[in-house]
Amino acid sequence: MDWSQFDWLINLALSMQLSIAVLVIVSIGLAVVFGMMGIINLAHGEFLMLGAYATLACVRAGINLWLSMGIAAFVVGIFGLVVEQLLIRHLYGRLADSMLATWGLSLIMAQVMVLIFGPSTQGIATPLGSINIGAYSVSGYSFVLIAAAVVLLAIVYWVFTRTPYGVMARAAMQMPGMAAAVGINPKLINAGTFAFGAALAGVGGALLAPLVGVMPSMGQAYIARAFMTVIVGGPGVISGTASSAVLLGGMENVVSYLSTPFFGQGALLVLAIVLLRVLPTGISGRWQRQL
Amino acid sequence: MSRKFMKGALAALLMAASLGAAAADKKPIVVGSILDETGPLNIYGTAMVDATKLAIKQINENGGVLGRQLKLVSYDAQSDNAKYTLYANQLSLKDKAVVIMGGITSASREAVRPVINRNKTLYFYNEQYEGGVCDKNVFATGIVPSQQVAPTVAWAMKNLGKKFYILAADYNYGHISTDWVKKYVAQAAGQVVGSEFIPLDVAEFSSVITKLQEAKPDVVFSLLVGGNHIAFYRQFVASGLRDKMKIVSATFGLGNEQVVLAPEESKDIVAVYPYFQEIDTPANKQFVAMWHKEFGKDYAYITDSAVTVWNGWHLWANAVGKAGSTGREKVIKALESGISFDGPSGTVTIDGPSHHVYQNTHFARANDKHGFTVLGGEKNVPPAFEKKMCDLIKKPNQHTQFLPETK
Repeated sequence: MDWSQFDWLINLALSMQLSIAVLVIVSIGLAVVFGMMGIINLAHGEFLMLGAYATLACVRAGINLWLSMGIAAFVVGIFGLVVEQLLIRHLYGRLADSMLATWGLSLIMAQVMVLIFGPSTQGIATPLGSINIGAYSVSGYSFVLIAAAVVLLAIVYWVFTRTPYGVMARAAMQMPGMAAAVGINPKLINAGTFAFGAALAGVGGALLAPLVGVMPSMGQAYIARAFMTVIVGGPGVISGTASSAVLLGGMENVVSYLSTPFFGQGALLVLAIVLLRVLPTGISGRWQRQL
Repeated sequence: MSRKFMKGALAALLMAASLGAAAADKKPIVVGSILDETGPLNIYGTAMVDATKLAIKQINENGGVLGRQLKLVSYDAQSDNAKYTLYANQLSLKDKAVVIMGGITSASREAVRPVINRNKTLYFYNEQYEGGVCDKNVFATGIVPSQQVAPTVAWAMKNLGKKFYILAADYNYGHISTDWVKKYVAQAAGQVVGSEFIPLDVAEFSSVITKLQEAKPDVVFSLLVGGNHIAFYRQFVASGLRDKMKIVSATFGLGNEQVVLAPEESKDIVAVYPYFQEIDTPANKQFVAMWHKEFGKDYAYITDSAVTVWNGWHLWANAVGKAGSTGREKVIKALESGISFDGPSGTVTIDGPSHHVYQNTHFARANDKHGFTVLGGEKNVPPAFEKKMCDLIKKPNQHTQFLPETK
């Protein structure tokens, strides 16, 4: 294989990995909340948006971009904790009610952002410049996003397998009664899990901020994709999200490349429908793994 | 009851009636506006809403229209076309607005058009668009492809190269405008090496950027629309493509893209509109000063869309003054007589038969100060295609849109 074909292949692979990484980044927070708590957070898109705005505000205040992203995760995590205390904890086990309440929350959040930051799109310039690969050039920030997706998955894995909280959270999810009997406080665990999911959404929004325009309605552009990724992925928070992001993101990118982004989106939807028809409980539904 | 009393009562009644009529004359004239103040399209809508408010305020301060004040009823369509249908109905049936201005995307205009035709209401569409609308009740004051795409293609052919790649928003505006770009490129003996339609909710352009790198065009012609698509310009520069190809656009700047993006992300992009805030004329300096007085010195940028709205309201007010009535048919007749208005970009004159406008156009390149550097311009450019296809004076009962013929 000569070099001219090789750089084409690398570039295509990177472009695919970027699409997959974006899906992982926007859906991992939702996956944690859905997988560990069975709550469908319809305000997830707005949590992303909040993370993006927090990053924007920090950067405007002169704080370093990467530090701003960390602050954004913290801010959205705290916000998630507040939301859990005021709203979510009253709605456990009531799926339809929690969906309705979080949907209402999403509308409120978007409108409050319009009031605070104005309706205009704002932005942060993409850092890191570009890197040449043969005849192609690729944005340096793409590598950050791809790495961030892997790191986020690793963090979630570590938290749920290596920390006392994670073990308790899984115990509370599998057998709530037994977990309570051995002294695990489910209220505390749930609050922690929701805040963790929110913080992940905050990082997601923060990572998107330098890639796209930041605006109050930006959550809507991602919420459908995030849901599809999580539902197709099934109950396995990490294995499910990762595998469905690879399938859906890869499919969308390849079809977009071969035809147009319109058909790319269509292909993603069709694949999601087919997968759910064949595997109604999601890709990880029949796997023995919990994560 | 005496006959005398009856007479007196009748006289009093008549007097009361005529007094009532006089009071009715002084009642404000209701006018309507529908624009997207929220959602992804507000990047255009915000400045257009401000222009609407300022235009109404100025007309009222100068004594109103026909001695009566204007009362603006405005709705936020929230970037949702269904809301345009709803509010257009509401404005003409419930609020009884004598004129409706608004619509940003061509999809929203097409949502309003059937409604105002059914309700027989006068409608102004004040935005750059793909051209060709030929409708007795509709006046389009924005720049059209013969005034915009044609000179942009000619400039790009001369200065950048012959190979074009078109990126367009995936709805009627993008599709029809893509046909226009193809047509003008073919006429200029250039070559279109690819074209893509991008749904409005796509903000991730890595596959498009890969394809651009393969097609290696000299010029990327952008017909991208809305807040999500701003991401393209950012990702284009982040991927290092600016050194390999240049962007020209028929939409860049209308949504203040040059303000949202960092200067190094938007510099070099070339666009053609009637209005740029930097136009160096006394009329524009006065306009900008007035705008800043109203909305503050730190106002981001006065867009071409905002000025098109401004022109629309003043053209209508001038026509009502000439007609001596706010009645739809009389106002349309006055507008068709070739009403003009001296706006910030120069004189804008209605072309009676086509319901479009003659106007000055300017060429500019995004600079490193979140604004544009004006490179040149043309005076009093006719809406050539609409003039050729559409004659609403000879054939008034048309409600259609002419499209470019494609092979």
